[in-house]
Amino acid sequence: MPDLLLELFSEEIPARMQARAADDLRRLVTERLVEAGLVYEGAKAFATPRRLALVVHGVPVRQPDLREEKKGPRVGAPDGAIQGFLKAAGLASITEASVQKDPRKGDFYVALIEKPGQPANEVLRALLPLVVRTFPWPKSMRWGERSARPGALSWVRPLHGIVATFGPETEEPDIVEFTLDGIASGNTTRGHRFLAPAPFTVRRFEDYAAKLEKAKVVLDPERRRDMILADARNLAFAQGFELVEDAPLLEEVAGLVEWPVTLMGAFDAAFLKIPDAVVRATIRNNQKCFVLRDPATKRLAPRFILVANTEAADGGAAIVAGNERVIRARLADAAFFYETDLKTKLEDRLPNFAQIIFHEKLGTQAQRIERIERLSVELAPVVGADQVQAQRAARLCKADLTCEVVGEFPETQGLMGRHYARAQGEAEAVARAIEDHYKPQGPNDLVPTDPVSVAVALADKIDMLVSFWAIDGKPTGSKDPYALRRAALGIIRLALVNRIPLSLHAVAAWHWENVLGQQFPAVAEKIDNLMEFFEDRLAVQLRDQKARHDLVAAVLSARSLGEGHTLISIVDRVEALGKFLDSDDGRNLLAGVKRAANILRIEEKKDKAIYSSAPDPALYRQAEEEDLAAATEIARDAARAAVATEDFAAAIAAIAKLRPHVDAFFDKVTVNVDDGALRANRLALLNAIRDATRVVADFSLVGG
Amino acid sequence: MSTAPQIVPMKAVETPVHLRPQRSFQGLILALQSYWADHGCVILQPYDMEVGAGTFHPATTLRALGPNRWNAAYVQPSRRPKDGRYGKNPNRLQHYYQFQVILKPSPPQLQDLYLKSLFAIGIDPLLHDIRFVEDDWESPTLGAWGLGWECWCDGMEVSQFTYFQQVAGFECAPVAGELTYGLERLAMYVQGVENVYDLNFNGRDGDDTVTYGDVFRQAEEEYSRHNFEHADIVMLFEQFRMAEAACRKYLAAGWDGAGSARRHLMAQPAYDQCIKASHVFNLLDARGAISVTERQSHILRVRELAKACGEAWLKTDGGGGLR
Repeated sequence: MPDLLLELFSEEIPARMQARAADDLRRLVTERLVEAGLVYEGAKAFATPRRLALVVHGVPVRQPDLREEKKGPRVGAPDGAIQGFLKAAGLASITEASVQKDPRKGDFYVALIEKPGQPANEVLRALLPLVVRTFPWPKSMRWGERSARPGALSWVRPLHGIVATFGPETEEPDIVEFTLDGIASGNTTRGHRFLAPAPFTVRRFEDYAAKLEKAKVVLDPERRRDMILADARNLAFAQGFELVEDAPLLEEVAGLVEWPVTLMGAFDAAFLKIPDAVVRATIRNNQKCFVLRDPATKRLAPRFILVANTEAADGGAAIVAGNERVIRARLADAAFFYETDLKTKLEDRLPNFAQIIFHEKLGTQAQRIERIERLSVELAPVVGADQVQAQRAARLCKADLTCEVVGEFPETQGLMGRHYARAQGEAEAVARAIEDHYKPQGPNDLVPTDPVSVAVALADKIDMLVSFWAIDGKPTGSKDPYALRRAALGIIRLALVNRIPLSLHAVAAWHWENVLGQQFPAVAEKIDNLMEFFEDRLAVQLRDQKARHDLVAAVLSARSLGEGHTLISIVDRVEALGKFLDSDDGRNLLAGVKRAANILRIEEKKDKAIYSSAPDPALYRQAEEEDLAAATEIARDAARAAVATEDFAAAIAAIAKLRPHVDAFFDKVTVNVDDGALRANRLALLNAIRDATRVVADFSLVGG
Repeated sequence: MSTAPQIVPMKAVETPVHLRPQRSFQGLILALQSYWADHGCVILQPYDMEVGAGTFHPATTLRALGPNRWNAAYVQPSRRPKDGRYGKNPNRLQHYYQFQVILKPSPPQLQDLYLKSLFAIGIDPLLHDIRFVEDDWESPTLGAWGLGWECWCDGMEVSQFTYFQQVAGFECAPVAGELTYGLERLAMYVQGVENVYDLNFNGRDGDDTVTYGDVFRQAEEEYSRHNFEHADIVMLFEQFRMAEAACRKYLAAGWDGAGSARRHLMAQPAYDQCIKASHVFNLLDARGAISVTERQSHILRVRELAKACGEAWLKTDGGGGLR
C-alpha cells in the first residue's frame, strides 16, 4: 500500500517547540486519515530546526465505498417534509426512494445513499492544507507581502516549501497537489543551509531521509541527541574528564542543529573560584554548552563542550576560538557579579525588601520574611531545631534574591544564599537552611532533614498556604500560579520523612491568628477548608506511595486533620488499619460493621430517619443486646482515649474486642421486628457499633 | 574628423585596507551601509534624539505601521543609562551603536540577505557557526512585539532578527522585517579584540590609529557619573511630565477633519515627545528613582503615548491613511 511523505520546510523553528510539533503533525494527519476511513499501518514524525517531516506507511489507495440507508418521512407526508428529505438524501425525485412497510406506524420512505470512496490522494489534497492552517503552534506569526491580507497563513516562522508525495513503493509516487497562500506543494527540498544549499527532488521517505543525510541533515532528533551525547562523552573521556550530563540541554541543543558537530573548548581555570553552579549556569544558559567534571575532585573542569551546526573548513578552530572568547567574557561577568555580591552582607540587603512587592494583597517581601521568621521560631522546638539558628536562617533565607548572580540566574536562588552565608561566617546549619528551605520542590526532590532547615522549610510553605487562604487565593482546577499544591505536598513530605508530631491545624490557626491576624482576621471555616486541601494532597501522596486508597479514605473521613491530628498519625493509622484488616478478627469485624452499616443505610432511607440516639436499656429483650451495648461503650471510650494519645495499635485493639459481640448479636437478634420501638432501639444499637468504629476509621468506605 | 572619446574601462576599486571591516570600526559601518544601499534601502542618518534602541527611530516605529513599502537602513546611537560602567567594563557601554535595517514587507529571502551582509563584513559561513536561536522580541514601552531570533556567530549574539507583528498596539499589515546589528560587538569579533575600547576606529596604523577608547572612553566615564550620581531627579520627573503633556497636546491639536477625511497633521512632533519621555524614564530608572510599582505605571504611560502616536501616524500620508 502507498506511503505519504510530508515535509514542511521553514525558517528556524524554536528548539523547545520541535518535539511537540512533530507529535502534533503526526496526530493531526493520522486522526483525519482515520476519520476519512483511511486506516494506515504506521506513522512517524521528525523535526529539525528547519523542517517538520512526517511519513505515514500503508495508506489505502482509496476510501472504502459508503452505503447508507437514510430513513425518510412516512408515505403521504406533507410535501415540505418530502422535499426536505430529497434534498438531504441527494435524490431528484421520490421515485428514487424505496418504501419500507411498517404495519404499526405506517409505511415510510427510505433512500439508499451510495458514496463511492475517493482516491486517497484527493482526500490528502483537502486534508493537508487544513492541518497546516490550523496547526496548534504555541505562538505563530505572519510574514511578507501576504501578511497584509485577511486570512493570511500563519506559521511558527515563515514557511518556504512543502513536500507532499503519495504512492506505492514500486511506482513513482504522485505529488499531493495543493497551494497554501502561494506555496505550492511539490517534491523538492533543500539540505543544510550552508553545507548543501542546492535544492533536490525526493520520491518517498526512504530516499528522502537518505538524501537529506547526504545533504548534511540528520532528520531524526533522537539520532542527533545520540550522536551529540556519544561524541561529548568521548571528547571528555579523552581528556580525562567526564561529561556533566544534562538532558534538557541535550534536547535543546539537538533542536538547534541539523548536522551536529561536537567540539571542545577551554577556559581559564582561575574562573573556577566562582561556585560551580554559577559557572555551569553561565555556560549552560547563556551559551548552551555542556560543562565537564574532574572525576577525581568532582569539581568542574576548565573545559566545555559546544555543538556546532556545521563542518567548518578549518576543522572548527575558528568556531572554538569564538566560543571561548564569549565564554571568557561571560565568566568574567559572572566573576564580577559574584565578587560584587560578596561585598554586601546578607542582612544588609534586607531593607530593600520593603520596596519589593510579594503580592499586591499580601504586602512586601519584607513582611513575608517577617512572617516566616516568626513561624520558624514557633516551629523550632517542635522539630528539634535551635531557636536562634532557625530565626537567623529565616531572616536571611530570601536575602540572596537581590544578589547580582541570582538576578542573572534565578535558578541559583538559595544556593547563592548558602555560599554568601558561609562566606560571612554564618553557622553551617543556618547556611544550609538558606539553600534547603525551598525544598522539597517536587515529588522526587530530596527532603531536608537538618532540624533548622526543616523549621524554615515548613515555615516558608505554611506561610504561603495560610496567606493565600486568607485572601481566598487557593488553586482552582489547573490554575495554581503560586504552586500551592507543591507547597502542601512539601509540608506533607517534610512532616512524614522527619516524623514531626505537628498538628497542622494548630500551627495554621496559630500562624493565622498571631502573625497574619492584624491584616486578615482568622476564619475557622477557611482553616477547615485548608485542612481539607491538605487531606486531598495527603490522599494523593499516599496513593503514590501505593497505600490502599480505600483505607486512606476510611481514616481521613473518620478523623480529619481539622480535629488537630498529625500527618504521621494518619499515615500510621492507615498502616495499622491495613494490618488489622488482614487478620481474622479484622475481616470478621469489618463484615459485621459493614452489615450493620448496610442495614442502617437501608432502614434509614426507608424510614427517612436517622438512628443516632443512644439505645434505651429498658428496651433490651435479649442478653446479646445488653452485651453489645456494654461492649460498644467500652470499645468506643477506650479507642477514643488511645486515639487522643495517638496510640493506634491500642485503639484498634480496643475496637477488635467488639468482634464476638457483633457476631453474637447478628446470630441471635432479629433487627427488623414488628414492634416499632424495639426495632428502632436495635437500629440505634447498630448505630452504636458504627459510632464506636468510626473513632478509628469509617469502615463503610473500606472495600472488599 | 573627430574621434570619439575613448572610454577607459573602470577597474573595480578594491576597498582600501584602512576601510576593511576587519581593521576599522568605521569601515564596518560603511560596508553595511553600502551592502544595504545595494539592496534597495534608503540610507538614513541617526535620529537626532536620545533613544534606547534603533527601533525607536520613527523610520522604524512609525514606518512599520501602515501599508506603504519601506526599506531603510541607518546607524542609531543608543543610550542605555543603566549599562554605564565608568569606562571600566570591556563589554558594557551606556552609549553604543546599533545598525538598523527595516524592510516592509519582509522579503521572502530576508534570511539570505542577512547572511550575505555578514559575508560582506568578513564573516564566512563556511568557517563560522551561524545560528538562528529563538528570541521573541517585545517592547512594553512601544506596545510592540514580534517573533524572530538572536543570530549567533560562534556562540556570540551578533544581531537581532524580528518579524514585527504589532507596533504601538496595531497589527502590522504587512509585516516588516527588522535587523539590528550590535556594531561594537560585531566589530570586536571581526577585529579580534577583547576590549571594546581597543577597537581600531579609523583603520590606520601606528600613531595615526584612533581607537574606540580615544573617541568614547571619556564620554563613558562622564555619562556614568551623570546617569548614576548626578542626573537631576526632580528635573527629570518634571521633564517626564512635560513630555507626556506635550505629546498629548500635539496629538490633540493635530487631528483634522472628520469621518473618512479625518487625518492627523502632527504625528511626528508628538512622537518626539514620546521618545523623550521614554529616555527620561530610562535615566530615572538608572538613578534608582523609580520604585517597582511606579516603574510599571511609567512604562504604561509611555506605552499609552506610543499607541496614541501610532494611531495618529496611521492617519497620515506616510502611514497610508490618506489613500
